[in-house]
Amino acid sequence: MSDVLINKRAILAGRKRTNNIALALCMVAMSIGMFFLLWILSVLFIKGFSSVNWAMFTASTPAPGTAGGGLLNAIIGSLLMVGSCTLISTPIGVLAGIYLSEYGDKSRIASITRFVTDIMLSAPSIVIGLFVYALVVAQAQHFSGWAGSMALTLIAIPVVVRTTENMLRLVPGSLREAGYALGAPKWKVSLMIVLRAAKSGVMTGILLALARVSGETAPLLFTALSNQFYSMNMNAPLANLPVVIFQFAMSPYDNWVGLAWGGALLITLSVLSLNILARVFFREKNRG
Amino acid sequence: MEIKLNVKAEKENSHYGNSSNSNKNALEIRDLNFFYGSYHALKNINFNVADNQVTAFIGPSGCGKSTLLRTLNRMYDLYPNQVAKGEINFHGENILNAKQDLNLLRSRIGMVFQKPTPFPMSIYDNIAFGVRLYENLSKPQMDERVEWALTKAAIWTEVKDKLNQSGLSLSGGQQQRLCIARVIANKPDVLLLDEPTSALDPISTGKVEELIHELKKEYTIAIVTHNMQQAARCSDFTAYMYLGELIEFGQTDEIFVKPQRKETEDYITGRFG
Repeated sequence: MSDVLINKRAILAGRKRTNNIALALCMVAMSIGMFFLLWILSVLFIKGFSSVNWAMFTASTPAPGTAGGGLLNAIIGSLLMVGSCTLISTPIGVLAGIYLSEYGDKSRIASITRFVTDIMLSAPSIVIGLFVYALVVAQAQHFSGWAGSMALTLIAIPVVVRTTENMLRLVPGSLREAGYALGAPKWKVSLMIVLRAAKSGVMTGILLALARVSGETAPLLFTALSNQFYSMNMNAPLANLPVVIFQFAMSPYDNWVGLAWGGALLITLSVLSLNILARVFFREKNRG
Repeated sequence: MEIKLNVKAEKENSHYGNSSNSNKNALEIRDLNFFYGSYHALKNINFNVADNQVTAFIGPSGCGKSTLLRTLNRMYDLYPNQVAKGEINFHGENILNAKQDLNLLRSRIGMVFQKPTPFPMSIYDNIAFGVRLYENLSKPQMDERVEWALTKAAIWTEVKDKLNQSGLSLSGGQQQRLCIARVIANKPDVLLLDEPTSALDPISTGKVEELIHELKKEYTIAIVTHNMQQAARCSDFTAYMYLGELIEFGQTDEIFVKPQRKETEDYITGRFG
């Protein structure tokens, strides 16, 4: 056997060893992450499902000391606030994303917008809650569903803006040129060709923003607060799942704690399904 | 035989060309210079694109032939830092004029790109999109126009039963013919083809070349190609470009049979490029 071959074998053996060590470290890191995730999920599922019953969807939150009760008012309140947040943040976010990708590009105002959006993306949600508290709640002298919805909107907009921009940037320039080559004005190219080509990516962004806001608690504490009773009045304090979970989980009543588990499970499942939906949309895009 | 109709003195590195069988020029290019920032990409280009004829631009990569094509519908205008100077006369108007309406110009001078670019919509809407920009047609009129354009582009029989399917569902060759149909549907005067077959297989290429042959009866066509045989097969006039200069321009038969310039001959015979 030649020296060169022996040398090569030695190098290869060394590489294999390094590879195995690196692989083992990766496996350990992964299993630590998975262990806690599965732990959280299994506890949530066991405790959550054991407290899920029909009354949870038909009755409102119980008064202290009364048995039973449900989460109907909180579910309705959350749906109202997250729904109106989606309706407001989607057009604003998508249009701003179109501006950044198609119109602003490298202009000063676009780079400022991008910078501010990035800050908003990582701003602690409690700060946003306090901001809306100072701006709306303190002025109106009462908590309200609209204030809660506004706080959620402020959290959702930057997510939609940035994903929309990134998705539009993935659309090849040749598609834009093809539109212009037919004599189409810029706004038509942007809306009817580029946005359409990026449709599933933009939808994914909206769904991810939805998933993000549907679990937010801090901004709602200062804005929508909560409401013990069934209400659809967005001008008054509105019950919502995250705040109810926050209040009930720390309460001494067993049925409240049970409802908190049920609510947590409900939020987790809806966020999970939103994420799955987002993936399905995205896969559709990649299929063309 | 080459008849020189131009009033301006012949530039050293260019040959004005006009066919003996057509006196009209769709586009007259005069002293055209083009810059990517400070890079001088086209240098004093002078020639005419004859009406209802096919003019081919050939030359090695980076010689400026695509750049030249993109000045003809001012596609370069989409990008800052790209500047064209000189004149391109189209129906007596200099289209490089700042007052030129670009959307109108592009609806009259259509362009097909190297890679097929179907829009993310149905085959029908791919055609109707451009038509709707400038014409307000009733549904039956639009149906008729879509069929007409698809028939012209020799793809009607292949797609007539699936007009509602996405344009992206077609094969590459079909997509390219769809793109040609889309441009024709706008009823432009001039068709610019930027290496329209370089992404296609030989059979699709053959179909597109046949199409070019059909279309020149009604349209003026300018085509950029890397394929010398393609230029020889489909064009009436050929422009050979090198390093941003128009080295030789003339009737395709003459350029390919007895080129005037040594550089052209070297390129065509494959000794260079």
